[in-house]
Amino acid sequence: MMLMKRRDFLKVGAAAGAMASLYGCAGSGKASGHVVVVGGGYGGATTAKYLRMWSEGGVQVTLIERNPTFISCPISNLVIGGTKTMEDITVSYDGLKNKWGVRVIQDDVVAVDAAKRTISLKAGGTMTYDRLVLSPGIDFMWDQIPALNNPEAQAKILHAWKAGPQTVALRKQLEDMKNGGTYAISIPKAPYRCPPGPYERACLVADYFKKNKPKSKVVILDANEDVMSKKGLFTKAWSDLYKDILEYRPNSEVKDVDVKTTTAVLEFDKFKADVLNVIPPHRAGNIAANSGLKLINNRWVDINWLSMEVNGTPGVHVIGDAIFPAPTMPKSGHMANQHGKLAAAAILNMLSGMEPSPTPVVMNTCYSFVDAKQAIHVASVHQYDAATKTVQPVKGAGGVSVARSELEGKVALGWAKNIWADSLA
Amino acid sequence: MKLLPTVAALSLLAATGAAHAADPNLARNLAATCANCHGTNGNAVKGGGIDALAGVPKDKILQKLADFKSGDKPASIMHQISKGYTDEQLDLIAGYFAAQK
Repeated sequence: MMLMKRRDFLKVGAAAGAMASLYGCAGSGKASGHVVVVGGGYGGATTAKYLRMWSEGGVQVTLIERNPTFISCPISNLVIGGTKTMEDITVSYDGLKNKWGVRVIQDDVVAVDAAKRTISLKAGGTMTYDRLVLSPGIDFMWDQIPALNNPEAQAKILHAWKAGPQTVALRKQLEDMKNGGTYAISIPKAPYRCPPGPYERACLVADYFKKNKPKSKVVILDANEDVMSKKGLFTKAWSDLYKDILEYRPNSEVKDVDVKTTTAVLEFDKFKADVLNVIPPHRAGNIAANSGLKLINNRWVDINWLSMEVNGTPGVHVIGDAIFPAPTMPKSGHMANQHGKLAAAAILNMLSGMEPSPTPVVMNTCYSFVDAKQAIHVASVHQYDAATKTVQPVKGAGGVSVARSELEGKVALGWAKNIWADSLA
Repeated sequence: MKLLPTVAALSLLAATGAAHAADPNLARNLAATCANCHGTNGNAVKGGGIDALAGVPKDKILQKLADFKSGDKPASIMHQISKGYTDEQLDLIAGYFAAQK
């Protein structure tokens, strides 16, 4: 810069002037354009709201979601345990529509044409976008559990890993099960959605059995070699609260099932349960996995952490459980909400001709119930690292609860109320 | 022509600033990472049991955060989360929430 000549000064001056006015645009909400968001879960709903809020209505946002209402996966294990209802975990899209002016369309997106910047809807027709955000969550790799690869089998051996009708159906199976029966839950190899979720579910089913069907058992068939999240806290809860009820089996990958006898087929063994709850391995949701986007391990979308834009596909951003995670980053609703804000901020910059922020930060908080009232948590903060071009967990920050408590159970429900409002209201 | 050196100097400052730069919405973006629990723009849901931060004086928020970081203020989770942010980031976050209604 010291060697710069006068005419170069003038050029820089013009560029800086243009930049300053663009900065002004972003700050005063003058970004414009049309953003289509696909998927109205934690990630997509948050993106839609924050795009409208931060652009002060300057950016048009269309949210396409196949379900009529938002149903939360977090807290849904309490529905399965019998202490909460579906109504408790259901939130309307009216806040996004009426308060924030998001156009919400109940439909499915069947194709993305990233070159033409259009999407195709299941109901027919196409829609153009300036920027596209895919927040499709996960879909299951049914071919990994061959006998489950048909709708009849899937209606009998449930995953309940997407909150909705399967949540209700699993609760019903548990209610119908005889006292003295066995509930088995299988966990796929990591990475999978909600690392502590299966262990939480096992706890809450054990709590239900303890109080209502005390001769019954819970068995965890974990494909992983050890408990994947909050290990000390979960194992303590199991020994303190469910000693003769709950059994944990590591290295127990379910390879197939016998649907008729509700039997899990392991590598060298079989396990027959009365209620068999198989969580199959999963990957990025169909629309992200099948649209020619760059995948890692043929499963998760490869994104740029400054913008959540897909590497190699300009104009398309992917967030939430569908992405290849940064180091130690969990696939969680909380994290999807954070991705949504990162994407919204970056998109508004890009629609104003600016670069995305060079220093994004995301954080995670995750509560798990170990019985109907007591909960435990894990938290982490992830800061962008220019050297590795990813967000890295901050050393010395984050951590888990000292011990399970009813206080954390109350905070967990407060967390839910707040994140639902932050994402949708 | 007398104006030129001043314009050039200002432009240079602007250009250098833009190259390294902090995003003009950095405080807003950082504060949004707190909103999952503390509410959009710090307006926590009433009755949710989690502190609202909107309109709380900056000094008060910073003192709380410093006490969480040092361990002086007992917490279930904030001592772990506050350590994930630099003091400069916490300053921006506190300033942003203080300015919200």
